[in-house]
Amino acid sequence: MKKFRIRQQIISLSILFALLIASFIVARLILIPRSFGEYGHYRADAIDDITAQPINYAGSVACIECHDDIVELKANSNHKGLSCEICHGPAAKHIEAPDENLPSAPRERGFCPLCHGYDPSRPTGFPQIVTALHNPGTRCMSCHNPHNPILPHTPEDCSACHRGISNEKAVSPHSSLPCIKCHPASQEHMVNPRSASVQKPTGREFCGQCHSKDADSSRDIPRIDLKTHWERYLCWDCHYPHSPEAL
Amino acid sequence: MNQKESQAVNRREFIFACKRALPLAGLLFFPLSATDLILAQENEKYNPTEHNYAMGIDTHKCIGCGRCADACKKENNVPLEPIFFRTWVERYIIAGNGEVSVDSPNGGIDGFPEIKGDKEALRTFFVPKLCNHCANPPCVQVCPVGATFISRDGVVLVDEKYCVGCRYCIQACPYGARYLHPEKKVADKCTFCYHRIVKGLLPACVEVCPTQTRIFGEVGVRSSPLSRFVRFNDITVLKPSLNTSPKVYYAGTDGEVR
Repeated sequence: MKKFRIRQQIISLSILFALLIASFIVARLILIPRSFGEYGHYRADAIDDITAQPINYAGSVACIECHDDIVELKANSNHKGLSCEICHGPAAKHIEAPDENLPSAPRERGFCPLCHGYDPSRPTGFPQIVTALHNPGTRCMSCHNPHNPILPHTPEDCSACHRGISNEKAVSPHSSLPCIKCHPASQEHMVNPRSASVQKPTGREFCGQCHSKDADSSRDIPRIDLKTHWERYLCWDCHYPHSPEAL
Repeated sequence: MNQKESQAVNRREFIFACKRALPLAGLLFFPLSATDLILAQENEKYNPTEHNYAMGIDTHKCIGCGRCADACKKENNVPLEPIFFRTWVERYIIAGNGEVSVDSPNGGIDGFPEIKGDKEALRTFFVPKLCNHCANPPCVQVCPVGATFISRDGVVLVDEKYCVGCRYCIQACPYGARYLHPEKKVADKCTFCYHRIVKGLLPACVEVCPTQTRIFGEVGVRSSPLSRFVRFNDITVLKPSLNTSPKVYYAGTDGEVR
């Protein structure tokens, strides 16, 4: 009877393949981290590595435990939305060892203008100063308490805050008009500009008080007939009141 | 007969209703106080599958103080050279002739120089930028080793130990949000301060923003401050045509901002 024999070359080839497959599996086990592919095509342990990063900013809730007086003062001021660490820097180490790691307290004049220096790119109404003109050489803190920044004195005229508009108006045909002619403002607006806003004219008749054909005003003022002059538009749709010109 | 049947059905319904109301009655006798519920939530281990983080940026409010970029560097030990940023503030100046110029000296950390005046600025504003944590991120697609990935809570992260520093992801990011760390020689980027948010803290940039320009929250959670921001503003994302589904939502930007 003929015995079934596996040929020699097949045996050696299969040993070779078995070795190759085994070495591939061993290499894979050694080279690929255990947690790779647990949640996706990445090393799941990486999440723990990233989570272990130390925290530097403690968050302003942490400050209230010791500095409750300052936190309370600030909570009722214009700076109430500000976290302590904006100015004082990261303070997590200060909480661990308060005496050894004192956070910084910027007192130099260059720091406040990072937010409050005049820049036309800033949103309208954000309190800004022109550093070159605003009491040069004086520290901000000598007049303003940063934890409760109120104006040391009431501004005398509108141009203290609305310099851009006031400069424009000064060289325009409206230069002789005081701001309150069109914007009746209470004294309160100079102290609390946001809570007490000023009024603006609402209709064509307001401009018509001087510019309408039959208005009782100086003869040099340009006049129009309110009834026929673009009667469906408001005056300031075409004319900029702070620097008006005929269009 | 008919009447009797309907009565029987009513009785059955009543008993079923009583059965259904039993747990409610139980609640009446053993009330779970709200604080207990909150405590139970806090003690629970952080579960990443319950979150999907995102950020909103209200450019109407940004004053360009650069405190976010500064805090980011301090929190995450980003190299101080003015070319490495995880987040930075750009100033857009749109001239009268429609020409757009963008600058970001040192990411805005040291303030911005005066606008130089030969071209009259028609409109100018600040736009903070950071990694958009795309839901369909090109950087993750191109990573050859699986070192950058979307975590289960929707944050795009880099595995420092696994990154080989090939820079493909830096090339692929359409927002320029990645850089090669000069010492570690691995790709680095914004993590939404992952080490902070898993502990319930805000990202450092959100923590220090003085005008609440940055809003951190979660997608699809109605009580999240981000959902409120998205409801009340016209939202745009950067480069929507690239189909990256960014998760940083901008309000107050227009076509000039890319």
